[in-house]
Amino acid sequence: MRREMQFSSPAHQADTALAGMWLFLATEVMFFGGLFFIWLVYRHVHAVGFAAATQCTSLLIGATNTLILLASSLAFTLGVLAARKGDHRTLLRLSMVTAALGLVFIVLKGVEWAQDVAAHLFPGAGFGIGGTDAGGAQLFYAFYFVATGLHAVHMLVGVALVLWIAWGAQRRRFGPAWNTPVEVVGLYWSFVDLIWVVLFSLIYVSGRV
Amino acid sequence: MSATLERNYLTEQWTLRSWLLTTDHKRIALLYFASITVFFFLGGAAAALIRLHLILPQGALLSHEMYNRVFTMHGVVMVWFFLVPAVPVTLGNFIVPLMLGARDLAFPRLNLFSWYLFMAGGIVGVAALFWGGVDTGWTFYTPLATDYARGHVVMVVVGIFISGFSSIATGLNFIITIHMLRAPGLRWFRLPIFIWTIYATSIILVLATPVLAITLALLAFERIFHVGVFDPALGGDPLLFQHLFWFYSHPAVYIMILPGMGIVSEIIPAFARREIFGYKFIIWSTVAIAVIGFFVWGHHMFVAGTSLYSSIVFSLLSYAVAVPSAIKVFNWIGTLHKGSIHFDAPMLYALGFVGLFTIGGLTGLFVAALAADVHLTQTYFVVAHFHYIMVGGMVSAFFGGVHYWWPKITGRMYPEMWGRMAALLIFFGFNLTFFPQFLLGMQGMPRRYASYPPEFQVLNVLSSAGATILAAAYLLPLGYFTWSLFRGARAPANPWGATGLEWTMPSPPPTENFATTPVVTERPYAYPPPGAEPTHAP
Repeated sequence: MRREMQFSSPAHQADTALAGMWLFLATEVMFFGGLFFIWLVYRHVHAVGFAAATQCTSLLIGATNTLILLASSLAFTLGVLAARKGDHRTLLRLSMVTAALGLVFIVLKGVEWAQDVAAHLFPGAGFGIGGTDAGGAQLFYAFYFVATGLHAVHMLVGVALVLWIAWGAQRRRFGPAWNTPVEVVGLYWSFVDLIWVVLFSLIYVSGRV
Repeated sequence: MSATLERNYLTEQWTLRSWLLTTDHKRIALLYFASITVFFFLGGAAAALIRLHLILPQGALLSHEMYNRVFTMHGVVMVWFFLVPAVPVTLGNFIVPLMLGARDLAFPRLNLFSWYLFMAGGIVGVAALFWGGVDTGWTFYTPLATDYARGHVVMVVVGIFISGFSSIATGLNFIITIHMLRAPGLRWFRLPIFIWTIYATSIILVLATPVLAITLALLAFERIFHVGVFDPALGGDPLLFQHLFWFYSHPAVYIMILPGMGIVSEIIPAFARREIFGYKFIIWSTVAIAVIGFFVWGHHMFVAGTSLYSSIVFSLLSYAVAVPSAIKVFNWIGTLHKGSIHFDAPMLYALGFVGLFTIGGLTGLFVAALAADVHLTQTYFVVAHFHYIMVGGMVSAFFGGVHYWWPKITGRMYPEMWGRMAALLIFFGFNLTFFPQFLLGMQGMPRRYASYPPEFQVLNVLSSAGATILAAAYLLPLGYFTWSLFRGARAPANPWGATGLEWTMPSPPPTENFATTPVVTERPYAYPPPGAEPTHAP
């Protein structure tokens, strides 16, 4: 690992990289947080429409996806522990498992979206939910597509990063002396997982209980 | 000394590739200087069109539709592609590592990526504006922007969105650098004020810009798919857009002004040859401005239909945020008191800043008062208010900083007489342009109107005359700075006899900045620094 000249030691460089990722995640909190705030405002104003719309979401796919992401976070965290011990073969395997689970998530999301579009749930002309608060239901689905779409973009970036770690593991880049990239990607992946847990709670659960 | 054979960050390598793939913060700063200058003159050209058009009551130059597009272009380019980035990405990039005793920023490759993002966003945004543009104003209020506006709303918004990532990355880089790369002995309360203002600016950048990002994403989504996020006919709320937009855009104005305040806090001690007055007070007021600035956004919406009680709270908080700004003004004046004042060009700009920012800030209190704002909102009074702060304040500070650090960046002295003349001409031209606009606003002339009643013509013509002088004055530095690169006197390490680590190294600095990491033992602004008298000829 090549130490960059502005750092006084590898530990200094590692600390700085981790601090950078934590700060980046804080900006992501503001990004998704803005979205969650809008959702909460509209749910308050359009309680009826939001409740009607939630019924049309697929709890099966949503819950399955949640379990998949939680499993993937577990896998990658175990990979971080392996990296700290210098066990690059385990790190490689666990990274591939994480990436695979991430891809399954994205495929299931695509299937779910296809189902939603076929059921006329995409907002716009021809929206399928009527009733007293059709506008509220449509807003729910506007939020749904924007939020899950942005989350999917973050997932794709995450999968690419995890595959990059896998490639590095294969070339035996990481070990007890230097595994900061693994830790940094682990933070990002867990964060994207956390965002999904919040989305799952808001979209699939909160209108159903 | 054979300066032409001297090894510094400029002479290190000459190829285009070495510039476009550099990770040296100093070269990246120069890349940004070039971009920022282009955007400034683009926005300025739009301003020139506006002022030319307004010399006649019925409009002299443009159709009404075109006028709307021109003032939108002026706002979008000046806000997002000039004011928000300007000081942090140019002077910040160059000077922050030097002031900290560091060899580079924490994430040099991210820094280069920031520049490419900025260029991508700027090119997309400006291309959209030239391709026919947008007529919504830089504020993109709904439902005009989402439903009714013709033009390239989505494309402009995409350009701003991309450049927002550049902002976030830059802010992140500065925050981590200031935390992690300070030289030994550089405690937080030994840092120059410029570092503190860049830090506060960066905090706002990373926290506020993501909210703009999601707002613009929803705006684009609504415009493309005709959903009803902000459309009342479909269950949405247009006021929600304004809340979200101003939640970013008010802190954004502190992003624009805080670095300027930092520059002034460096210049005044140097040219009054005195320690800054109230160092800690200036720091705490910087932090206070950054924090309170997040809680005043509602003052842009006093007549939008929000509740009276929330407006009262926002009005009160807007008064509160003026207090730390005033504290800084008192501290700068306190630094001048009993100082040995030298009226070099940087000092002229700094003094201009203090006066013009004070006027702009005081007039902010006029519009923060609810009853007065009902009369003044959406008139030229508001336009004059924010131009006094942004142009009279921020642009003056930027020019002052460029003149102050020019010897360090280029290794050349600019011609001082020309510098002083340009500063005075800018001050005069600026006031002639914008003071009449206060009067126009009080008399009721609305902003963003392509035509006006004939009784407003005299003041409009005065304003346009001032704009002509201001435009010429802004071109002067372009001329003499370029001249100085070829014919200017060679600059010594510390031409101003100033304190700060950046003045302890050669002008221009070597690529790696410090051969050995310095250790700092002195308090900041310990004037006069030992063995450093001003070496330039006044």
